[in-house]
Amino acid sequence: MADPAAPPRGYPGRLIVLEGLDGSGKSTQARLLGKWLAARGYRVFLTEWNSSDLVSDTIRRGKKRGLLTPTTFSLLHATDFADRFERQILPPLRAGYVVVCDRYSFTAFARDSARGCAPAWVRNIYQFAPRPDRTYYFRVPVAVTFRRKQASRMKISYYEAGMDLGLADNVEDSYKLFQARLKQEYDRMSDTDGFTVIDAKGTVEEIQQQLREDLRPVLDGFPTGERLQHEG
Amino acid sequence: MRDRTYGTPLPGMLDENLPGKLIVIEGADGSGRTTEAERLKEALEIEGHSIVDTGLRRSTLVSERIDLAKQGHTLAATTMALLYATDFADQLENKIIPALAGGSTVLADRYIYTLTARAVVRGASRQWAQQLYGFALRPDLTIFLDARPEILMHRAISKYGSLDYWESGMDLSISPDRFESFLEYQARLRREFGWMVEVYGFSVVDANRHPDLVHEDVLKRVLPLYTSPKRRRSFPPPTSRPGPSTASA
Repeated sequence: MADPAAPPRGYPGRLIVLEGLDGSGKSTQARLLGKWLAARGYRVFLTEWNSSDLVSDTIRRGKKRGLLTPTTFSLLHATDFADRFERQILPPLRAGYVVVCDRYSFTAFARDSARGCAPAWVRNIYQFAPRPDRTYYFRVPVAVTFRRKQASRMKISYYEAGMDLGLADNVEDSYKLFQARLKQEYDRMSDTDGFTVIDAKGTVEEIQQQLREDLRPVLDGFPTGERLQHEG
Repeated sequence: MRDRTYGTPLPGMLDENLPGKLIVIEGADGSGRTTEAERLKEALEIEGHSIVDTGLRRSTLVSERIDLAKQGHTLAATTMALLYATDFADQLENKIIPALAGGSTVLADRYIYTLTARAVVRGASRQWAQQLYGFALRPDLTIFLDARPEILMHRAISKYGSLDYWESGMDLSISPDRFESFLEYQARLRREFGWMVEVYGFSVVDANRHPDLVHEDVLKRVLPLYTSPKRRRSFPPPTSRPGPSTASA
């Protein structure tokens, strides 16, 4: 595997990834980062995991009918990601944008491994996804994300709870067990994939400052939108 | 079960006993593949075997999606390859494996090899595609109906009066001329099948000939599977990593 500190670039843009469990605060931070980058004059593209319409309704359909197995679940998400990557993420990277991804291939590595897919097999599938310039891992205890989940009153979904794995009979117990497995996978990847670990127990403001500070060298000398569109 | 796949175990299906036989018929459109699959099914049923037939793009999960995407010509190569892989995995787990577990013979009209060839011709590396399909079951027998591109072209014209957009590889921008594109595209696919013959141990049948002669040959290779139930085809050892990468090809 290539040196995680040196992202190989076939494009002039910058790729920034936020990873971590549900309720670790990634999405809030991604949005704030986007605001900051845009205000500084950069062209920014923000994207979330699982948002292309090509297969997202197939996933929903499959979930409903219980047709999905770990292998098809993994492949469907890979298809979805490849579609988004080829149509949404790569073009702005090639055009010299800052692309901020709320979840990236590491989400698939964590979920698929937790479901029993062979890690080497999953990694091979995602070979098309380039290594990010920075991957921020929002590290937080499962108990904390669980409390946030409860406070948000959002219903825990079947697959989010890993109910397909038969870890526990009730959704809440299964959720905690499954999220613990995901955390273990993320923790493992921290070293192998060169994650920058963010202690997600801090306040939103503290974490945002930390991210902005850390990103300055990545953006050093990087052209703003003005400079991309006009000469002189 | 592990050595029944090409290296990657299928989670959740590791311990199943699969007494049925998996027979694959591969070959380009116009090689007589579908005709032969039907004749073979008929012949085996007359012999008293239970046959479940399967093919590509027949899964309940994503087949409509593939049709939709093909109409729009919108999907890039990697996405298309993964969508086909999803479709295949769904059929493998929900149709092929249950049928084999029940002792039936599964007759597959094309398998991962066509998908691999198509992906590689569109720029994927052989190694990527091989690993992607590492979860596929090794067939008991794979018949490859080999026919020259010129023969395929004449058969397509006599049957449909024209050459199909996808079968001509028009999405590859090889040539604006459909005949030229067809011949070149089919030649490239045939090259991909060429390396797979050895790596995956295909049984090659000359499909440039009349369908009756092809059928005779196919039967000669299929029937022994049933006369000696203990003897399995010898496979390359599961640890071997055959085939060079085509990254540079």
